[in-house]
Amino acid sequence: MATEKKIRVLLAKPGLDGHDRGIKVIAAALRDAGMEVIYTGLRQTPETIVNAAIEEDVDGIGVSILSGAHMTLFPAILDQLKKNGVSDIVLFGGGIVPNEDKLALEKAGVKRVFTPGAPIADIIDFVRTSVKRNRSDEKLM
Amino acid sequence: MTTLERFEQGDIRALSRIISYVENEEEGYLDLLSRLYRKPRHAVRIGLTGPPGAGKSTLVDGISRMLLQSGNDVSVVAVDPTSPFTGGALLGDRVRFKEETTGGKHYFRSMASRGSSGGLSRATDNASLVLDAFGFDYTLIETVGVGQVELDIVNNCDLVVVILVPESGDAVQTLKAGLTEIADVFVVNKSDRPGADRVVADLESMLALRNQLKTHPNAQKSQSIPVLDTDAVRGKNLDSLVEKFTNMIQDKKNSGEFDTRRREQMKRKVSEILQQRLFAETLQKIASKGEIDNVVERILAGEADPYSSAEKLFETVNLAQRPC
Repeated sequence: MATEKKIRVLLAKPGLDGHDRGIKVIAAALRDAGMEVIYTGLRQTPETIVNAAIEEDVDGIGVSILSGAHMTLFPAILDQLKKNGVSDIVLFGGGIVPNEDKLALEKAGVKRVFTPGAPIADIIDFVRTSVKRNRSDEKLM
Repeated sequence: MTTLERFEQGDIRALSRIISYVENEEEGYLDLLSRLYRKPRHAVRIGLTGPPGAGKSTLVDGISRMLLQSGNDVSVVAVDPTSPFTGGALLGDRVRFKEETTGGKHYFRSMASRGSSGGLSRATDNASLVLDAFGFDYTLIETVGVGQVELDIVNNCDLVVVILVPESGDAVQTLKAGLTEIADVFVVNKSDRPGADRVVADLESMLALRNQLKTHPNAQKSQSIPVLDTDAVRGKNLDSLVEKFTNMIQDKKNSGEFDTRRREQMKRKVSEILQQRLFAETLQKIASKGEIDNVVERILAGEADPYSSAEKLFETVNLAQRPC
């Protein structure tokens, strides 16, 4: 009788960056793709983002960074995930990120960095196929 | 270590997982609930409801922080609507959530309504049970933005706060049935805007009328329903709101009303589970005979009607169930 397992995604804007048009577009698109999207709003710290992701038991975190601070914020979120023992939560994001930074971030553990011009369909497809936590060794009771 | 063992040791990650188990009705969730129902619990559930954009999330945030500062452990379950078209949801109540670093433990969980139409989700009650078993002192339950008839909240908490705004309409609106009947406390939020005084006065006069008429089942109670004007963004009157409802809870506990309400809610819950079970089973029996399609054809051909046909189908199951 189990209801269908929904993909839950947390979307956030970390740091000092008020440009939230893009992330709202992504939120609407993922919602329309049948996912449960938790939008947390502007000026979040890596700590509050990871804390929210734990409380909401999400499969993945998507962040939008247009401030140029991506080489600081992405690694800080990865650190927080590791520190809290939840590195299985998939981190992805988008923003104005030069290609060499994108490659470095993806090597460091960000699952995917989308850059301007990325088709919405690709982003939805990515979340559907790649944003899954590995819970095979979990035992309820 | 199992997730339940980690839960028992106060691990927030395990708490979050267990709420998901219950919400998704994953394998083993009924055994899990059965364990949790046997644990000692003491959380008070406060429901907050009102139209979209009335300031429910902002009030929940303000109230949470006041309760936290006085040392309470506070959890929040905030429900937002699931799309009936795509099954997706945008859960945005967390935007108003500010982390409180002083006082008790704080936990916030967003839930999608997932097909329920009463303002909550089917799993809200069970999620509240999980939070209670974890040890929280309070659970604040925020409904989706409601109209006049999404009233499930009244069956899921100990006290309901109905939140309106200065634009909520004239005195006739306060006389309408539904939302205005379930409040234990009325709040007129955004009271910095013009018209707040009038809405407060209209609500007070409606309550006075209800009390004098004595024709409503809650006539007696209406005397003690406070009407408060708040400005949640600036924190105006939040302290009196929290003081009011904590006193009311204490009074309800002393008078036995608190337990009576919970008893009624549990009776309703057991009946609902039973109803679903019976309904599913009966329908399955009828459907397995393939009779429904035949009946539909006869109705469409003008040879039968839906009422007596359904009655006959029900009788066939009923007869089959009788012991020989």
